[in-house]
Amino acid sequence: MTQPNAAAPSASDPGFPVEEYRQDFPILSRTVRDKPLVYLDNAATSQKPQQVIDALDDYYHDYNSNIHRGVHTLSELATDKYETSRGKVKDFINAASDKEIIFVRGTTEGINLIAQSYGRSNLRAGDEIILSEMEHHSNIVPWQLLCEQTGAILKVIPINDAGELSMDEYKNLLNERTRIVSVAHISNALGTVNPVKEITDLAHAANAVVILDGAQAAPHTQVDVRALNCDFYAFSGHKLFGPTGIGVLYGKQALLEDMPPHHGGGDMIKMVTFEKTLYNDLPYKFEAGTPYIAGVIGLGEAIDYINNIGIDRIGNYEHELLQYATEAAATVTGLKLIGVAKDKASILSFVVHGIHPHDLGTILDHDGIAIRSGHHCAMPVMERFKIPATARASFAFYNTIEEIDKLITGIDKAKRIFK
Amino acid sequence: MLDLKDLYQEVIVDHNRSPRNFGKIEHPQKILEGFNPLCGDRLTLYLNVDDGRIADIKFDASGCAISIASASLMTEEVKRKSVAEAETIFTDFHELVTDSGQQIDFDKFGKLAVLAGVRDYPSRVKCATLCWHTLQAVLAGDDTPVTTE
Repeated sequence: MTQPNAAAPSASDPGFPVEEYRQDFPILSRTVRDKPLVYLDNAATSQKPQQVIDALDDYYHDYNSNIHRGVHTLSELATDKYETSRGKVKDFINAASDKEIIFVRGTTEGINLIAQSYGRSNLRAGDEIILSEMEHHSNIVPWQLLCEQTGAILKVIPINDAGELSMDEYKNLLNERTRIVSVAHISNALGTVNPVKEITDLAHAANAVVILDGAQAAPHTQVDVRALNCDFYAFSGHKLFGPTGIGVLYGKQALLEDMPPHHGGGDMIKMVTFEKTLYNDLPYKFEAGTPYIAGVIGLGEAIDYINNIGIDRIGNYEHELLQYATEAAATVTGLKLIGVAKDKASILSFVVHGIHPHDLGTILDHDGIAIRSGHHCAMPVMERFKIPATARASFAFYNTIEEIDKLITGIDKAKRIFK
Repeated sequence: MLDLKDLYQEVIVDHNRSPRNFGKIEHPQKILEGFNPLCGDRLTLYLNVDDGRIADIKFDASGCAISIASASLMTEEVKRKSVAEAETIFTDFHELVTDSGQQIDFDKFGKLAVLAGVRDYPSRVKCATLCWHTLQAVLAGDDTPVTTE
């Protein structure tokens, strides 16, 4: 059996109290198939701390009511909590104003909103949209729909064998027809951290707007939308230790002001007559209908939780886990990492010779270890590397070195079965 | 609960490594593709049916061990059986891999019983049944590729 021979990671934060944090996540103490759960599928969704679970419960238990309308006490309480969460999100990504924070169902809805609202009103036949080869389907298909509607054309930045974007190719693709550049901040299938500041600056020099898919980045790295200077940034609550079904679309206020609403309904209007309807101000213009109030409040609680630890500490600790896992994986013969970018977040995507990723996933599950196997909603990435699927272990700050050892032991066990 | 060794046991590993009836029939009477979009398993079945019997059957596939081994075991099982018999076997087999309460009748199922272990892994049932769904469709005269979604 292969034993990872890497010593305990060089602890730049020896005081990182991972065991203490684990206590906050009730699910981490359950068993799966009579083994302690080893949850390594954080890039798909993260687990939720008790604080977030309680926030959801408190809303339904203590002050459930609709927001922005009632003059009664409960409605005021709910409205206050809801809008306080918006402020927390604003600070979390360093947006300039609460008006720039739109609550949506998730990253996917955020990108679709931009495509249908900004895209349909600004793009014409022959205009160009630049994506990258490593995008999640949610940052491909909305643009394909827009292209069908407008006659715009998709251009794709290729990736190299390490899983990094070719910046030279990107520069070649930019031209006076480029209207939109939409790329992942961090790739879900490869873990690559893209040079999004440089991508943004180059796009702006070509007068294109920039959308960053932050689904994988927000839980692992400091996001500063003003420093990045991106025009839009979308991320999901459920990957950020918050509830499923809630996400955020950030947009620069000037752009959002000019965009038409994507949905019509209550809360997004100032006045309605059958002759004319006056839309509400930002951000409500884009929040038609009763939103997921509990989800927004839960997301605010998740952001508090992260802030109490510190996103930089989280990022550093996860980097140690990734480094340890990468070194341990290198000792497993027949294992090949897919995605070895110089700048990577805590995602380990790999294939093992002679073992289909789904078989590996089942064998690991038998030992309580949850990884993802499949194309990770990034089929072009699989095509690029000529593989049908990968196995993917993705780490959060509540994972431990011991769990990575269990993963490696599990892979060894699968190799023995398939020897 | 079945232990994992009952799922990835020697028979499955062996049929994955050296699948039986693997390849193509030149000029087959019937041919049909099956596809599992969830995990990318693909298979093509080639069949010759003679007087209501499966005279020859081969398959071409790429996918996980469960899907390859299941197709290999299926071709062994149904070769030279009548179409009606093959359909009965599929009905029984489907129950075997989905009904956790069912006692496994090793005499009845023979080697196919090794796939019963997927009942503890619901996401993998389609891997084991893709080949059977494709067989059922091709015997029914369908010519549109089968997908398990």
